[in-house]
Amino acid sequence: MGQSLSVRNLEAWYGSNKTLHGINMEIAKNEVTAIIGPSGCGKSTFIRCINRMHDTLPGAKATGEILLDGANIYANDPVELRRTVGMVFQKPNPFPAMSIFDNVVAGLKLNGMRNKKKLKEAAEKSLNMAALWDEVKDRLGHSGMSLSGGQQQRLCIARALAVEPSVLLMDEPASALDPIATLRIEELVTQLKSSYTIVIVTHNMQQAARIADSTAFFLNGELVEHGATSDIFMTPRDKRTEDYITGRFG
Amino acid sequence: MKKHRRKYVNALMLALFSIATLIALVPLFGVLGYVFKNGVMDVNLKFFLDLPVPMGMTGGGMANAIVGTLILIAIASVLGIPIGILAAIYLTEYDRLSWFSTLIRFTTDVLTGIPSIIIGIVVYTAIVVKMKHFSAFSGGIALAIIMIPVVIRSTEEMLKLVPHTIREAGYALGIPRWRTIIQIVLPTAAKGIVTGSMLAVARVAGETAPLLFTALGNQYWAHNLNQPIAALPLSIYEYATSPYKQWHEQAWAGSLVLIFLVIILNATARLAFRTRNN
Repeated sequence: MGQSLSVRNLEAWYGSNKTLHGINMEIAKNEVTAIIGPSGCGKSTFIRCINRMHDTLPGAKATGEILLDGANIYANDPVELRRTVGMVFQKPNPFPAMSIFDNVVAGLKLNGMRNKKKLKEAAEKSLNMAALWDEVKDRLGHSGMSLSGGQQQRLCIARALAVEPSVLLMDEPASALDPIATLRIEELVTQLKSSYTIVIVTHNMQQAARIADSTAFFLNGELVEHGATSDIFMTPRDKRTEDYITGRFG
Repeated sequence: MKKHRRKYVNALMLALFSIATLIALVPLFGVLGYVFKNGVMDVNLKFFLDLPVPMGMTGGGMANAIVGTLILIAIASVLGIPIGILAAIYLTEYDRLSWFSTLIRFTTDVLTGIPSIIIGIVVYTAIVVKMKHFSAFSGGIALAIIMIPVVIRSTEEMLKLVPHTIREAGYALGIPRWRTIIQIVLPTAAKGIVTGSMLAVARVAGETAPLLFTALGNQYWAHNLNQPIAALPLSIYEYATSPYKQWHEQAWAGSLVLIFLVIILNATARLAFRTRNN
């Protein structure tokens, strides 16, 4: 089951450069929330704060609170957090030295699961959820790098799902893919929301309109507007949102 | 007219590169061929199985020196490769930019350039003199000191080639940092690390100077690592500088065996790795 997120006065820095200015936002569970906005508006930084990947960069820091089902993530261990909040990156990044199978179960295996039967079940389940099982079931021992770009990205989604997170963060997961592979990822996202809370950063406004239940518009490190996707695209309250979605800047 | 000139220049440059390559290959194959021609007659089963015989007697081999070299390489590798790889992990994964890592990098580069005879003298003073005898162990340490900087710098370069996104993928799965490094980053760079380590092994396999003060050489079998031990480079040096024709032939044979030893070590390490990866 997905978990809800509640962001309270989140601020983030890279060194002395402040990239997020007091974000307050509620993210509903089992919904797809899209984050849109021009390059450099802080949308990637925002989702990287949710699993505390932001903290791993030298000189980066964040203040404020993010409540995951009521518990502040900054009060707990980031490594534990990342098993609950999974992430899919912009470019497919399968582990090059691992087979398809080992890639999918990497999160389980490297966190101590040794039971071969359980690993096998987890691999099949995750690959099925990522709509990749039929394409790779006969070559699980092959290198993950032998797959096409779109397949690699679905492999990375399967890898993130295998650790059974409740929230899935996706940082422009289809921007490096062709239209057909993009469509498959979008279908997948809509299917996955019954089990996960999904936050997806996208440059593609049509994509946000197609898959997101709610959409948030970021600009210069601020959350300008957040609401039901149809409202954001049909009747935006803020002039800046309207300008952006009608293509007047960005 | 201009078009012809471009093609003409292109052909000229290609010819230049090809000739340079050929010139570079001349000494390489020259050395290999010369050693082969002079040594191949004396490499036989006895050479691998027998101890050296005193001057005047016929036959004899370098069994003790071959085994000695393998033992010295083993000691040096066991000490030098893990230390080198772990230090490189520190420099790339934990501390890329501080004054401390800059100092280590600088020292490592200096250490790479220090003549090996100086490392021999240092180990002689620090270990051989203190222990009051020459030993295989001190020889291995001297070779390890020569290996470490080579392993550090080559491993560091290989780790830097692993994209940061691979590390992030590991962290994002809730895998602790040390585990991400050992089980994801290292295997990704493994091929290059193995190649770099083998290069370090090849470098020390033929070292003679540091062994003169440490392993010393031995006409017989060394029974433990606290005794002086024979090594191929030492035997080659000793035999080649002797006035006897028969010993010269043995030195050529020893040289040929040493070259093939390095080639075989290299090939097996790469082969073993390749089969494990696929």
